[in-house]
Amino acid sequence: MDLRLLDALPTDAERDAIDAVVGEADGASDRVAHADRTRRHLLLPALRAAQLRVGWVSEGALGYASRRLSVPPADAYGVASFYALLALEERPADLTHVCTDLSCALKGARVAPGEHASPCLGLCERAPASYRTIAGVAPRELQLPESGPPLPQAGDSSLRLLRRIGAGIDPTSLEAYVAAGGFEQLRRARELGGDTVIGELKESRLLGRGGAAFPTGVKWEAVAGQQAQPHYVVCNADESEPGTFKDRVLMESDPFALVESIAIAAFATGARKAFIYVRAEYPLAHERIRNAIARSAPHLDGIEIELRIGAGAYVCGEETALFQSIEGYRGEPRNKPPFPVEVGLFGKPTAVNNVETLFNVLEVLRDGGADYALTGTEGSTGTRLFCVSGCVERPGLYELPFGATLRELLELAGSAPPKAVLLGGAAGAFVGPELLDLKLTHEDTRAAGVTLGSGVVIVYDERAELVPALLRIAEFFRDESCGQCVPCRVGTVRQEEALMRLAAGAPHADERETLAELAQVMRDASICGLGQTAANAIESAIVNLGVFA
Amino acid sequence: MTTTLIAAPKRMLDLTVDGQAVRVLEGSTLLDACRLAGIDTPTLCYGDTLTPVNVCRVCVVELEGARTLVPSCSRKAEAGMVVHTDSERVRTSRKLVLELLGSSVDLSLAPEALEYIERYDAKPERFGADAATVAQDVKVDNDLYVRDYSRCILCYKCVSACGEDAQNTFAIAVAGRGFGAHISTELDVTLPESACVYCGNCIAVCPTGALMSKSEYDRRRAGTWDEASEEVVTTVCPYCGVGCNLELHVQGDDIVNVTSPDDHDVTRGNLCIKGRFGFQFVQNRK
Ligand SMILES: Cc1cc2nc3c(=O)[nH]c(=O)nc-3n(C[C@H](O)[C@H](O)[C@H](O)COP(=O)(O)O)c2cc1C
Ligand code: SF4
Ligand code: SF4
Ligand code: SF4
Ligand code: FES
Ligand code: FES
Repeated sequence: MDLRLLDALPTDAERDAIDAVVGEADGASDRVAHADRTRRHLLLPALRAAQLRVGWVSEGALGYASRRLSVPPADAYGVASFYALLALEERPADLTHVCTDLSCALKGARVAPGEHASPCLGLCERAPASYRTIAGVAPRELQLPESGPPLPQAGDSSLRLLRRIGAGIDPTSLEAYVAAGGFEQLRRARELGGDTVIGELKESRLLGRGGAAFPTGVKWEAVAGQQAQPHYVVCNADESEPGTFKDRVLMESDPFALVESIAIAAFATGARKAFIYVRAEYPLAHERIRNAIARSAPHLDGIEIELRIGAGAYVCGEETALFQSIEGYRGEPRNKPPFPVEVGLFGKPTAVNNVETLFNVLEVLRDGGADYALTGTEGSTGTRLFCVSGCVERPGLYELPFGATLRELLELAGSAPPKAVLLGGAAGAFVGPELLDLKLTHEDTRAAGVTLGSGVVIVYDERAELVPALLRIAEFFRDESCGQCVPCRVGTVRQEEALMRLAAGAPHADERETLAELAQVMRDASICGLGQTAANAIESAIVNLGVFA
Repeated sequence: MTTTLIAAPKRMLDLTVDGQAVRVLEGSTLLDACRLAGIDTPTLCYGDTLTPVNVCRVCVVELEGARTLVPSCSRKAEAGMVVHTDSERVRTSRKLVLELLGSSVDLSLAPEALEYIERYDAKPERFGADAATVAQDVKVDNDLYVRDYSRCILCYKCVSACGEDAQNTFAIAVAGRGFGAHISTELDVTLPESACVYCGNCIAVCPTGALMSKSEYDRRRAGTWDEASEEVVTTVCPYCGVGCNLELHVQGDDIVNVTSPDDHDVTRGNLCIKGRFGFQFVQNRK
């Protein structure tokens, strides 16, 4: 391979920042012809380090990272230019990203000159919110406002997943976690053995909480049974679905429980190595998880857990795009099949699970699968976290058994009579007040043609406007499409154009049919869930709520 | 074109395509099965010599039991599959995909795409005159070939040909994302500043005329391009001992392009700078 590398040199600061990630250059290994291609997975961490140091990814930094990791420069550029938070042009070291997404828009978000607009930052209960990055020797990242309303159900003895958070247990202290029963379930898992753990999970009928509601026990069993080695566990903490903030709360306030449940997953699926992929905009979660991983070492029996940090790409929450991202490629989803349980991270069998799913594993082991399944309904066992924001008095994270109604949830949160509720996020659907008695379960929402998705509940009251929300959703999908496949790459653009004409009162004659056909084809012919759901919320608002009627 | 699978003990799989029983070797794709059944399936990003990237979605078919349509070019055949290639759903998707491409990209030099647009009665103009496009200036930065990305459908073929599937030069990649995704060198530098070695293998696979030899580009601009008069002469490349087959495309007295057949064992359609562009030296000596 003959690589002509970029000529520009990094500054000393950039070199040091990148070396801190990829290791010191030793001359010999620095020459591309001999270099080790398998270190490509360090590309995103290296670029992130350079940007945190100087505020952007300069030509010299990009060239140096690609030389050190033997990634062809064109390829490295393709990766760097994929991620919204990586800047390939110089910009101020101190930059504020202001959320202009659904919940923040309802709370009057405004982007001042010099600030950047951002999709949902996962701080919706604190809306309007922003994320500030200050590059430098000691870089700082801030989630603003720095604190939000307290956990609404704090002290409620019925809490399960939120039990320790509700009780205010110190999230930085291993001792406090252990005193609260921490690492007992990992010990139990080892006693029971992997097969029994998987058996309990299957009996619990636990379904994944990341959006696709796949049975967790079945997934783990499939990975455990694969011949190919090694196996991996990946915790999906990319949480970028607009309106979602549950995983952030869990990671910030109960990080040891995540570490424990990941270790159980690794044990049961025969993995020795696990990754947690967290979106970039969650610096407090990074800190808490790093601390929890380090302190938990005595309990982990050699299982290695590595924190990986995103760089601004909703699509990287799609499991195969997430693998691509960890491996140092553009976050372009892979075609399935093959599925991750067979061909996952680095091409190996991989169990990928959402944060909330993993928290439930601890409950399954605590109760036993059969008892766990007593909570909730036949088709939706256990409890569910709901991220409530928008026009409510007490926005925040709620935990309710599956089967509670939307009305009950909204009453807890102090909602005014809503005009509409967005369920499941931008990839979800709007429902009107006639569905307030909808039971929040997989089976009931499916029957109503909607979805719980990642547990998003955004409330629009009588005064809230829906058209701007639809335009924001269309913009979101257009911005976040990875660009690989035609139905999504161009379809999301055409969808937004049609909505803008409708909003401006100057539609084409057949605009409604065009939107319906776009929805059908994006759903039918796109590669991944992003394109497949990009029309859902918009279509539901037009059909269920009669917007633009 | 039939399946080209050689590894020995493979099972045969029986499936149904548009009501016809089809038997294919294990490992075949649904596209292979369609071809075996004599069903002409549109493809744009698929190339016989390239790893399928399944991004254009014009080849989608309906697979009974699947939630969405599936790309025939990459989906592996399984025993018992029931496939429909001409259902309402399939036709709607193929048509709209072509409309999305036709409304955003200049397809005037993309013969396959134009044929499919006609076949599926696609109407790219339905999105109106204000629909966003990828229109941009032609990149003319060297004497051998030009890049007109306003004709690019982002089929990834050039990237595969430049990288793992043939050339191993990795001079170009997909950069940006969403509608802004595009083929690019590092930091968008010119080809002479990039790692490009001018093998022209990307030109050979490009289905849309986005990549074009400078000689063709100049003739088209001067109005002297005369495809009707073109003759193809086959010869063996004189420059080294590898023995690449060359197809010299001749218009009048001039060699206007050089290609190599996809099914040639040695080249699989690929050449190096000398074979691809050396004809200019032959002509310059005249
Ligand atoms: C565009 C897109 C974004 C996604 N984002 C997330 C995410 O942020 N977190 C998550 O857990 N799952 C996300 N998913 C779902 C994952 O692909 C996957 O199904 C999930 O992580 C599996 O975990 P589970 O079985 O525990 O739910 C996303 C899917 C799509 C299509
Ligand atoms: S559906 Fe959208 S995000 Fe998913 S692969 Fe296609 S272009 Fe990328
Ligand atoms: S001419 Fe060859 S080296 Fe240059 S971009 Fe095309 S395939 Fe790559
Ligand atoms: S330049 Fe040609 S080969 Fe390359 S992606 Fe565009 S259309 Fe495909
Ligand atoms: S943080 Fe602004 S909408 Fe979620
Ligand atoms: S030819 Fe199958 S997706 Fe392009």
